[in-house]
Formats: sequence, C-alpha cells, structure tokens
Amino acid sequence: MEPTIRVQQADFSVEAESRILRARGGAVGAIVTFVGLVRDLDGAARVDGLFLEHYPGMTERSLREIATEAAGRWPLCDVTIIHRIGHLRACEQVVFVGVSSGHRHSAFTACEFIMDYLKTRAPFWKKSLDETGEHWVDAKHTDREAEQRWRS
Amino acid sequence: MIDVLFFAGLRETLGDGTALAWRAGLTVRELVAALAQREGAKWQQALQDEQVMVAVNQEVRDADAVLDDGDEVAFFPPVTGG
Repeated sequence: MEPTIRVQQADFSVEAESRILRARGGAVGAIVTFVGLVRDLDGAARVDGLFLEHYPGMTERSLREIATEAAGRWPLCDVTIIHRIGHLRACEQVVFVGVSSGHRHSAFTACEFIMDYLKTRAPFWKKSLDETGEHWVDAKHTDREAEQRWRS
Repeated sequence: MIDVLFFAGLRETLGDGTALAWRAGLTVRELVAALAQREGAKWQQALQDEQVMVAVNQEVRDADAVLDDGDEVAFFPPVTGG
C-alpha cells in the first residue's frame, strides 16, 4: 500500500477524495473519512482563524510513517492524509484522513489511530488568532493520552 | 558543521536557525550547552525547557543522540496539528 500524503495551503474536496478511495476496486468494503475543522470558539474566546506552521520534509515523512504503521496493524486497502498549512479562517477544513478497507472495523480503528498519532507526532504547530491577539496553541495532555492507549 | 533549525515559538524567540562546528562524539545535549554558552541566557532558557522536542535528520530523538557531521538538528515545541 502506497499512502497518499499531501501538505498544502489549498482546500480539499471530501467528495473527490472519497471517490478516489472508492475507485480502488472490489476489495474495498468500507471507507471511513475524518475531517478536522477550525473551531470558531476556543474556551470563551472567539477565534478568527489559525496560522499553521510545519517542518517541510519531516512533515511528509512523519505522515507517511503513520500511514505505514496503520497499514501494518490493520488490513487496509488505501490511506489518504491531507493537512493544510498557512492561514486558515474559522470553520475551514484543516485535515482529511481517509481509510479504505475490506471491513468497517479496521477502517474505523485505523482512521482514529492515524489522527491520534498525527496529533502527537506530525510536526505542525497552530497559532490561534482571536480577539485577544495571537498565541501558539498549547499541546493537550488528552492528545498524549489518546496516543498512548495504542501502545498497550 | 551541524545545521540547527527552530520552529514555531522557538523560531520567533531565537530565529530560523544557526550552525555550529561538529566534533566527534557530539551529542544533542552538548550541542544545546554549546549554543547556550555562545548565545547567552535567552537561548539557554528556550532550549533547556523540558517540553522542547528535538529531531535529528527529521526524526524525533532524545538529548543523548550522537551527531554526525552535516546533521540537521531541529528544536521545536510539542506539536499541535490536526
């Protein structure tokens, strides 16, 4: 399995990406897709948007490793990971993970695994732009815990 | 030479990066100490924050990692993508 990895400023079409995952052939019995959006509220503060910085080269490599790790754990047909960078406004799409598999269980589980690993391993950093100014978003310990449960 | 890169908050505090002469056996920990000594208290404080992550040639490593001449060493805060 050769995963599709894209790191881009441009938006993506969930419909188009799902169609590509479907086109792989008859072995695909299930497709699970996840889309992450920019929230317009962070606690009490209204968020105008985000700036997403990344580490070019390491980012793509890290996402590819995560997809390959997922394919080693579950019988997957295909994986697509798209992550946007640069300035994004509230309610815009940030990240897409699409997984196709013979059966739903591996597709659901692998999609969640990929997001949990992406959150704690892929070198992206969010700067939140809100009514109080701009500030780097702190890493959440709940994301760390979500990643760790896959190790047991 | 070792190429040193910074990202996110560290980049805003310390700049895009710098370079440091390599010597045999140099570890990440020693690299940080050499940079702190050369650049001063601001660098020491920023780089010795225990939250700071380090990647050597684009793979996450720890402070004991031994460096080769020409390695790319990046320092950055915990990641927050997704």
